[in-house]
Amino acid sequence: MTPRQPGRMTARAALAGLAAALPAVACLAQQDGRQDGRLSGSAFMSAETREMQADDAANPGMLSVLDGEALWSRKEGAAGRACADCHSDAATSMRGVAARFPAFDAARNAPVNLDQRINICRAEKQGAAPFAWESPEILALSAYVGLQSRGLPITAGEDPRLAPFIERGRGFYSLRQGQLDLACASCHDDNWGRLLGSSPIPQAHPTGYPIYRLEWQGMGSLQRRLRNCLAGVRAEPFAYGAPEYVELELFLMTRAHGMVMETPAVRP
Amino acid sequence: MARTLINIPKQTRRGEVIEIKTLIAHPMETGFRPLANGSLAPRDIINRLVCTYNGEEVFRADLFPAITANPYVAFTTVATESGEIALSWTDDRGQTQTETVAIKVE
Amino acid sequence: MAKARVRTTEKAGATRRQVLRAGIAAAAVPLLLVRPARATPREMEAAIRAFTGGAEMRPGKVALDLPPLVENGNSVPVTVTVDHPMAPEDHVQAIALFNERNPQPNVAVFHLTPRAGRAAVSTRIRLGDSQKIVAIARLADGSYWSDEAEVIVTLPACVEN
Ligand code: HEC
Ligand code: HEC
Repeated sequence: MTPRQPGRMTARAALAGLAAALPAVACLAQQDGRQDGRLSGSAFMSAETREMQADDAANPGMLSVLDGEALWSRKEGAAGRACADCHSDAATSMRGVAARFPAFDAARNAPVNLDQRINICRAEKQGAAPFAWESPEILALSAYVGLQSRGLPITAGEDPRLAPFIERGRGFYSLRQGQLDLACASCHDDNWGRLLGSSPIPQAHPTGYPIYRLEWQGMGSLQRRLRNCLAGVRAEPFAYGAPEYVELELFLMTRAHGMVMETPAVRP
Repeated sequence: MARTLINIPKQTRRGEVIEIKTLIAHPMETGFRPLANGSLAPRDIINRLVCTYNGEEVFRADLFPAITANPYVAFTTVATESGEIALSWTDDRGQTQTETVAIKVE
Repeated sequence: MAKARVRTTEKAGATRRQVLRAGIAAAAVPLLLVRPARATPREMEAAIRAFTGGAEMRPGKVALDLPPLVENGNSVPVTVTVDHPMAPEDHVQAIALFNERNPQPNVAVFHLTPRAGRAAVSTRIRLGDSQKIVAIARLADGSYWSDEAEVIVTLPACVEN
C-alpha cells in the first residue's frame, strides 16, 4: 500500500503543464467520495470512453463476456464436462472469485492468476488442452468469470500464505529497470496524473481486467498490459505466466484492495 | 458465426421512437495495414448492415474501412407493432449473418 | 507486429518536456511509420461530389458530434443528428460521413426511412491523424445539408512494439 502524503496535490498542481489533466481527475476523486486518494484508471479517461465502458450495449468487452458464457456450458475434453456441470450458475459460484485472484494454490505452493486457475480446471477437471495465453477463449472465460465480480471490492492478498509473494511483487514494482532506468513506481506513484505524451499516467490499479483496450482493438489480460509498460521503459518482458508477472499482478491487486471491480473495463 | 450484441428496449408503446444499438465481433481489416513481409493485409470488413422490422427495411448502413474493429452502429426506429427486428451484417466475401430479436409493442 | 498508424506528435511537444524528465519523455516518442496511401482534401471533395451529385450543399440542420480531443484514434465515437421531420413526404433519406486524411475519404453512409422516427445515428470511427470530418444529409426534396468538425488525435503511451 502506498498512501499519498497530504499536500502533494498542491505541489504537483503548481508544476507547469498539468492543468489539462489534473482538475478533471481531482474532481472525480471528490465525486467518488474516496478519502484515500486511490483512483481507478477510468477516472483518467475521457467522458466518451467512460460511457463506452458503462453501457453494456456499447462496451465491446461484452462480446467477449458472451463468448465466455457460451464456453461456460460447453462440454469439453476427455471428461466431457462443462464448467457449468461442476460450478453450475456462475452468477452464484463465481461471485467475488475474480476479485480474490491471484490466489494461493496449495498444490503448486505458489499464487496462480485467474487465467491459470481456469486452465488448471481445463487440464485437471475437463481433461482438455489448456487455452493459449491471450487466446480469445481464455480471455472470454476470464471476462465472464470477472463480470461476476463487477461492483464488488477487491479482496486479493488476504491469504497469509501469499505474504512472501506480495513482497516480491512489491520489490519488482519499485525496482528501476530497463534502458530508461524507471520503476513502475516512478510513473504510477510519483507521477500519476501527469501526462506521458498526451496520455495521463494512471495509478495502475488493475480493477477491470481483462480489458477491451482501444489501442489493441480487442481484449487483453493484465499481463499483456504489464508487458506494454515494460516495453515502454525498454525492459525485456517476461514470458506469459512467469512467476514475476503473477507476483506483480498479486501486488497490484493487493495495492488495490477494497477498490471496486469493473470487468470488462474499457481503456484507451 | 461472429458474436453479436443487439440492444432494444424490452417493452415499448406504439409510436415510440426506440434506439437500436448493435455490436458485432469483427477485425475490420482495412486493407492498408502492412505486414512484416512488406505486403498489405487483404481488406476484410463488414460493408453493410441492414435492419428490417417485420420484414420491411427500416435502416441500412454502408460501412468503409474507417469504421472501428468490432463495429458499433446505433440508430432509431418507430415502434409500430409487436414482432421481429432482424439485423443482417454482410462482409467483403458476401457472407451475411442475420440475428433477430423480438419486440413487444403495447 | 509493426504499428503502421501515423500518430501526431505535435501535441506531445513542449508540455511533455516541461513536465517529465527526459527519460520519461523518451518513452513516449513512438515509432513513426508512414502509411502507403492517404486521402487528400481533394479526394474528399470528389467523394462528397459523388454523394451529392454536385448539388449545392448548405451548412445547417446537421449536427456532427465528436470529441474535440481523441484519446485513441482507433475508436472515435461519432453521433450525427439532423434537425428535420421524418414524415413520408419530407424526411432525411441519407446521412454520409467523410474524412480528409484516412487512406479513404468515405467513412459510412446511413440510409434512413420515415420509419426511423428521428434522424440520429451513432458509430465509432478510426482516425489515423488529426483531421477534418464532414457529415452530409440528403433530404427527400433533394437538398443537401452539412456540418463539419476538426478532431485532434493524440497518441497513446506504452504500446506494443
Ligand atoms: C514511463 C512511465 C510508466 C512506467 C515506468 C510504467 N508505466 Fe504503467 N502506465 C503508464 C501509462 C502512461 C499508462 C496508461 C497508458 C494508456 O492508457 O495509454 C499505464 C498503464 C498501466 C496499467 C493499466 C491501468 C489500468 O487502468 O488498467 C497498469 C496495470 C500499469 N501501467 C502497470 C505498470 C507496471 C506494473 C509497471 C512496471 C513494470 C509500469 N506500469 C511502468 C506509464 C508507465
Ligand atoms: C469436474 C468438475 C470441474 C470442472 C469441469 C471445472 N471445474 Fe473449476 N473447480 C472445480 C473444483 C473442485 C474447484 C476447487 C479447487 C480444486 O479442487 O481444484 C474448482 C475451482 C475453480 C476456480 C477457483 C474458484 C475459487 O473460488 O478459487 C475457478 C475460477 C474455476 N474452477 C473455473 C472453472 C472454469 C472456467 C471451468 C471450465 C473451463 C471449470 N472451472 C471447470 C471443479 C471443476
